[in-house]
Amino acid sequence: MQLFKSARAALYAAGTVFAGALVAAAPAQAQEPIRIGAFLAVTGPAAFLGDPEQKTLEMYIERLNAAGGVIGRKLQLVSYDSGGDAEKARTFTKRLIEQDKVDLIIGGTSTGETMAAVPLVEQAQIPFISLAGAVVIVEPVKKWVFKTPHTDRMACEKIFTDLNHRKLNKLALISGAGGFDRSMRAECLKVAPKYGIEIVADESYGAADTDMTAQLTKIKGTAGVQAVLNCGFGQGPAIVTKNYRQLGITQPLYQSHGVASKEFIKLAGGAAEGVRLPAAALLVADILPANDPQKPVVTAYSHDYTARYKSDVSTFGGHAYDALMIATEAIKRAGSTDKAKVRDEIEKTKGFMGTGGAFNMSPTEHMGLDLTAFRMLEVRNGNWTLVKD
Amino acid sequence: MSGEWLQFLAGGLTIGAIYALVALGFSIIYNASHVINFAQGEFVMIGGMSAVSFIGTGLPMPLAIVGAVVAAGAVGLLLEWLAVGRARKADVVTLIIITIGASIFLRGLAQLIWDKSIHALPALSGDHPIALFGATVLPQSLWVLGVTVVVVIILSWFFNRTLLGKAMLATSYNRLAAQLVGIEVRQVLLASFGLAAALGAIAGVLIAPITFTSYDIGIMLGLKGFAAAILGGLGSFPGAILGGLLLGLLENLGAGYVSSAYKDVIAFALILAVLFIRPDGILGARKSDRV
Repeated sequence: MQLFKSARAALYAAGTVFAGALVAAAPAQAQEPIRIGAFLAVTGPAAFLGDPEQKTLEMYIERLNAAGGVIGRKLQLVSYDSGGDAEKARTFTKRLIEQDKVDLIIGGTSTGETMAAVPLVEQAQIPFISLAGAVVIVEPVKKWVFKTPHTDRMACEKIFTDLNHRKLNKLALISGAGGFDRSMRAECLKVAPKYGIEIVADESYGAADTDMTAQLTKIKGTAGVQAVLNCGFGQGPAIVTKNYRQLGITQPLYQSHGVASKEFIKLAGGAAEGVRLPAAALLVADILPANDPQKPVVTAYSHDYTARYKSDVSTFGGHAYDALMIATEAIKRAGSTDKAKVRDEIEKTKGFMGTGGAFNMSPTEHMGLDLTAFRMLEVRNGNWTLVKD
Repeated sequence: MSGEWLQFLAGGLTIGAIYALVALGFSIIYNASHVINFAQGEFVMIGGMSAVSFIGTGLPMPLAIVGAVVAAGAVGLLLEWLAVGRARKADVVTLIIITIGASIFLRGLAQLIWDKSIHALPALSGDHPIALFGATVLPQSLWVLGVTVVVVIILSWFFNRTLLGKAMLATSYNRLAAQLVGIEVRQVLLASFGLAAALGAIAGVLIAPITFTSYDIGIMLGLKGFAAAILGGLGSFPGAILGGLLLGLLENLGAGYVSSAYKDVIAFALILAVLFIRPDGILGARKSDRV
């Protein structure tokens, strides 16, 4: 009997609290929440990008809501898992626009997914911030499309600058077959002459390949190769790195920003020693000098993410952070979620310091990062170290 | 030049041995039931992934490997017991579709139990490459080749010298006759799934240090293993081994001497050419329908 009484008391208490919560929530409910749509590759081959992106959006939307929301309205995340599939991305974008009636869309973990969504968002006239790498997303500029990650062309330029410093100019390429890989290879081929780099070998491998010794043996046998660049993403680059050491190739090996996460070092193990790659400051938050303007934002994000999810930060989650913050800042400046106004304000983003670097957008520049956003990193003793420019 | 040639050969044999182990799994189940088990690749994945998590809990390497093989074997038995065996009266096509469903289910389960990231297993005897006549080979490659040879020897002993092995062979030749002489066909089917899963797991554990493992590696390895089994002749054990090694070599030589972008095209075009001449595979038994 005693038990029943206390149970009833607890029910009463719960009921009172619930009612109280309803009352408190009433004014906020009068306002429609701001709906942020997202389609991300939370599963599938690009899951290791999409997963942190999703987690980052969830965490920061929770935080913004706890702090009272944006322009007095709560944020609501409507997120779909596109599994890295462009066809699904198209379907979900349609659903976000037509059924969920979102105010703005963040997403497209990969370039393929993003490009599948572009015609739809352009037609529906809805602000869209992509989290994918390729330069084609913002070049030519599309009115409603923005992106936060650095482009693959910038990665090539950063690598070529480093090659120039080291006075190496004969480069061998080995690239994967994925969208990111091929796009980066094309961009590197395009900008190589500008930096006086000669591409002396150009090999490729399949998306699920498990052994690249054949391609690397060919590169090893090519005369005059001074450095090797792997345009790749996923487990491929880790296998290339292991095979590279196995074959005893001594020339410097460069990887792309696509594998800029601790995961890569873990997978490639000792073979990763000496590998160089361009990456955002986020990865090396703790070794940035104290006067680095990016230090506060990357340290804060890195701390928040690791505290909440107990896993290492990756730049990909950072891109989602930048997208969300650029969007909410634009909504604040616009004072409403009017799609055209928000779009204009995103385009006016100036000097916003994100995890990817300083963003300065303009009508002709829908990404707004420059080469300083990248740091050249080298793996030493199983960790990233900064290479002095 | 000879170094290059040897390098392509070594790489091709290593990956080919893995394809061979997967192809053997296909053949064992095909013999017992005429089912093509499309979850075979998932057994490879379960082997690799469970070894990774056993090592994560601090188990020593040999125990982790045994644990992984046992775990995958158990999954194989469960798959037969819960799904395939229950529907054994159904059409072979229905059973094949069940295995496709099972492979999707197992992949999903792996994402839940483990995660979506890529994992590496430590190599059995270090990462220091061994130089051989101008080519370099990882010690793990030698493990892959050596274990494949041992597995093949054990399998041939099993099928030719043990009662259960002979029963399985008998079932594959003539299911009705086997039943008539008192062979429990149901048990043979169960054993074939357990055995195929354990074989897959061995492949998964062996290859994880070289090519890494993740919840979705089964798709590619399953497909390549299937192609190898078809090339060698589905149901033929020597054929599975030959098919696997040949496929691995074709891929690597294609990548090395022709074009790395088209290596799968080269390998599969050659397989098609072989199948035009010998539709039942290189060592496949010529079937003739009795009227």
